[in-house]
Amino acid sequence: MPQVIGVPKETAAGEKRVATVPEVVEKLIKLGFKVVVESGAGDAANFSDDVYRAAGAEIVEGAAKLWSASDIVFKVRGPSADEIGLMREGGTLVSFIWPAQNPELLQQLAAKKATVLAMDSVPRISRAQKLDALSSMANIAGYRAVIEAAHHFGRFFTGQITAAGKVPPAKVFVIGAGVAGLAAIGTASGLGAIVRANDTRPEVGDQVKSMGGEFVTVDYTEEGSGVGGYAKVMSEGFLKAQAEVFAKQAKEVDIIITTALIPGRPAPKLITAEMVRSMKPGSVIVDMAAEQGGNCELTVPHQVTVKHGVTIIGYSDLPSRLSKQSSTLYATNLFRLAEELCKTKDGVINVNMEDEVLRGTTVVKEGNITWPPPAPKLSAAPPAAAKPAAAPVKAQGGHGKSSAPASGTSAAVTFGVAALAFWFIGYSAPGAFLAHFTVFVLACFVGYMVVWNVTPALHTPLMSVTNAISSIIAIGALVQIAPPIDAGLARPEDWIRWLAVAGIALTAINMFGGFAVTQRMLAMFRK
Amino acid sequence: MSENLATVSYIGATILFILSLGGLSNPESSRRGNLYGMIGMTFAVLATVFGPRVTAAGIPWIIGCMLVGGSIGLYAARIVKMTQMPELVALMHSLVGVAAMLVGFANYIDPAASSHLAGAEKSIHEMEIYIGILIGAVTFSGSVIAFGKLSGKIGGKPMLLPARHWMNLAGLLIIIYFGREFLHAASVSDGMTPLIVMTVVALLFGIHMVMAIGGADMPVVVSMLNSYSGWAAAATGFMLSNDLLIVTGALVGSSGAILSYIMCRAMNRHFISVIAGGFGTGGGTPAVAAGGAQPAGEVVPILAAETAELLREAKNVIIVPGYGMAVAQAQHTVYEITKHLRDKGVNVRFGIHPVAGRMPGHMNVLLAEARVPYDIVFEMDELNADFPNTDVAMIIGANDIVNPAAQDDPASPIAGMPVLEVWKAKTSIVMKRSMASGYAGVDNPLFYKDNNRMLFGDAKKTLDEVFVALKA
Repeated sequence: MPQVIGVPKETAAGEKRVATVPEVVEKLIKLGFKVVVESGAGDAANFSDDVYRAAGAEIVEGAAKLWSASDIVFKVRGPSADEIGLMREGGTLVSFIWPAQNPELLQQLAAKKATVLAMDSVPRISRAQKLDALSSMANIAGYRAVIEAAHHFGRFFTGQITAAGKVPPAKVFVIGAGVAGLAAIGTASGLGAIVRANDTRPEVGDQVKSMGGEFVTVDYTEEGSGVGGYAKVMSEGFLKAQAEVFAKQAKEVDIIITTALIPGRPAPKLITAEMVRSMKPGSVIVDMAAEQGGNCELTVPHQVTVKHGVTIIGYSDLPSRLSKQSSTLYATNLFRLAEELCKTKDGVINVNMEDEVLRGTTVVKEGNITWPPPAPKLSAAPPAAAKPAAAPVKAQGGHGKSSAPASGTSAAVTFGVAALAFWFIGYSAPGAFLAHFTVFVLACFVGYMVVWNVTPALHTPLMSVTNAISSIIAIGALVQIAPPIDAGLARPEDWIRWLAVAGIALTAINMFGGFAVTQRMLAMFRK
Repeated sequence: MSENLATVSYIGATILFILSLGGLSNPESSRRGNLYGMIGMTFAVLATVFGPRVTAAGIPWIIGCMLVGGSIGLYAARIVKMTQMPELVALMHSLVGVAAMLVGFANYIDPAASSHLAGAEKSIHEMEIYIGILIGAVTFSGSVIAFGKLSGKIGGKPMLLPARHWMNLAGLLIIIYFGREFLHAASVSDGMTPLIVMTVVALLFGIHMVMAIGGADMPVVVSMLNSYSGWAAAATGFMLSNDLLIVTGALVGSSGAILSYIMCRAMNRHFISVIAGGFGTGGGTPAVAAGGAQPAGEVVPILAAETAELLREAKNVIIVPGYGMAVAQAQHTVYEITKHLRDKGVNVRFGIHPVAGRMPGHMNVLLAEARVPYDIVFEMDELNADFPNTDVAMIIGANDIVNPAAQDDPASPIAGMPVLEVWKAKTSIVMKRSMASGYAGVDNPLFYKDNNRMLFGDAKKTLDEVFVALKA
């Protein structure tokens, strides 16, 4: 018996999104589900009942009928008290919940013996990216924030030189380079503005640059990455340094877009009234954290206000303002979740609490509150790359002294041994030998100095040329082949000659071959 | 030519040799460096031949030998393939070893060499002979084995005899004992027996030493043997009281030793452990089987056409070549692909691990042969930080040098060895013939990573397909 997925019309004021779109309805049916959509659910997002019907969904009139017909309800916003009343005992609900902010909502849902999956609680791991609705909504919000800013801003974004005069480009400052921030950076630079951005996490600097922005750093060292790739609360010293940077930017830029959020906390107040006052008249602030209290002190949530000549946009429904796009992406995220829930493709869901993604997403399981989940095992970008353990060297150990630049004692030992050896040689060896020995030791050092800086690319030619040079040993054979002999000295001429002849011939191979092959190799090195 | 003139020529030759080595440390000056080497060698040989130590009677012999040896050498240098360079170099080292042995024996039986010496001077002279022959013999047999291993005539696996360290120690004691006998020998024929016994022991020692060293450490061994051939020349120089030989030998010896040291450092191996052979110090049991957890996960294969697609869409590509590229002779196709992508504006760079291939700088030589400009060929340290910004890292026939286990898994036999962090690229493509492990015999967790793709097949063939798909 396939389960029924129900999609009600959103009841929150101004909410234009819908939790599924016709395209996704088809896919859900392929997974084995039956899909029921409340009449008019998609109207605000430009999806008519007929299109849903054509995609295979059943259209029912009224919320009550829909909720009672559904085993699983897909929604955008968390349910209102009325909706919870309509909910079937033991049913399943998938929507945004914000469990940290809405504990009483969780209680009510638990009382209904419901199973609830919160789309805002999807763990931030690579595998779960396809169902990360927060990212898809943030992306849209970032885009829309720039569009809203452009709407209220009295000038071009791009700089132009026209017959009617020169237009300077707009300067946009984005605070917080998360998904929304990056989307805003990309959109604003696409419109031709000069974009700067700041984030407490220094590692996002490259991402900012890749979107066409310039990363403004706060000159204060503190690692700002928290668990799961989100930002964390920063220290007082940092905040002070940060405020100075923001104050400076506020004087220079035309548009500020703030996206700074810390999970489970009110939004940090980053833009003070003082800073707003210092901005040029006609400037725009888009406060994307308005719903969590706002990053700007003067923000009025859900409204556009003008303070000190600066337009402050506090919309909290930016994704909803792009309802068709956001519905499509959200519906796809929900479909990906349905895939995870129904691996057998028989239209029956299985909320497998062993699965890391489902475990994190599920906030109520059959009436038991399961939020918060255990800490995620692995974040998408580990804040500190696993440092290679210092142990390996020891693991191979037992090979004598360490290769680190000689420590005090080992240097002393080396000197001691060397001194002893030199004393011994000086004590026992004859003068002629010492002359040669001097030359030998110095030559060793010259060899060391000369070779130490060789580039690895030339190791092979170097080896080949030293090999060729080592055929200098031919001289040893040469002087033996026919030396001037004191008369009367018995000498095994033939033996020596043949040994020397063989020696010369062999070294000649090495000599000529070595230099020739080196030449051949070097001829290939070119720019 | 008088004695003084010969000495001055020797000084000239010495300077030229030093300039030659110095020149070889930089690609710009390297060709001039080689030229200096040749001129220096010519000086040295001519000064000797026309010097006071060679009479006219020897000149026809010398010319004959030089002609024969020289033509063989030039011929070999001409026909050798660039991929066979390591073998050729190893073989040539063995010649120096033989020559050192021959010169040592000839010097010993030559009464003219020692007739004027007595007492401590005579003892030192004999010791010089003894040591010269010893080093020559070890160089010779070791190089022959290295040649065999590099050319595949002998298996690459380390041969670890039980109690091998004791055997080496016993060999050393025998050599010292017979050295004493040799010094106390009353006549040349009396001294011959200890000398020959020592030579045999030294030869066996050389064989044993190189046999015990695994194929992955071959670059170090080749460079070490290079150093030995230098010491052999220096020992011969002491024996003949010839400063040019001493200086040149010491130059070659110390530079070879430094090169080996640099390479060991690049692998994070200790020089002694490389020489002692095998991985770790475990007496004979290969630590490989026990080392490290088996990586889990799925291996995702990819086709040549998909690879081409990935490359075409990439902005930054890093190619990491390994021995597999050398074996498959794929460097020319690699260059074709590189050129094509660079023309399209793709930033293609090469990342060379210090011990990629079977000889230090092996990959650089091959890429140079394929006319890859050396300013896009980078060292590991220069590139490692760039992998996170790289779209595609293409690994051609390399394995151990891109193994993340070296960083993550302290139990791995290659733990601590610096590796190219290709897994940090958006996508890595490993080209390999099969899932077999590398020279170190360690499984590679890279293959199981989510962002890794495997392109199976002979590197040359698959790269040709990739190139065709790229052009299409």
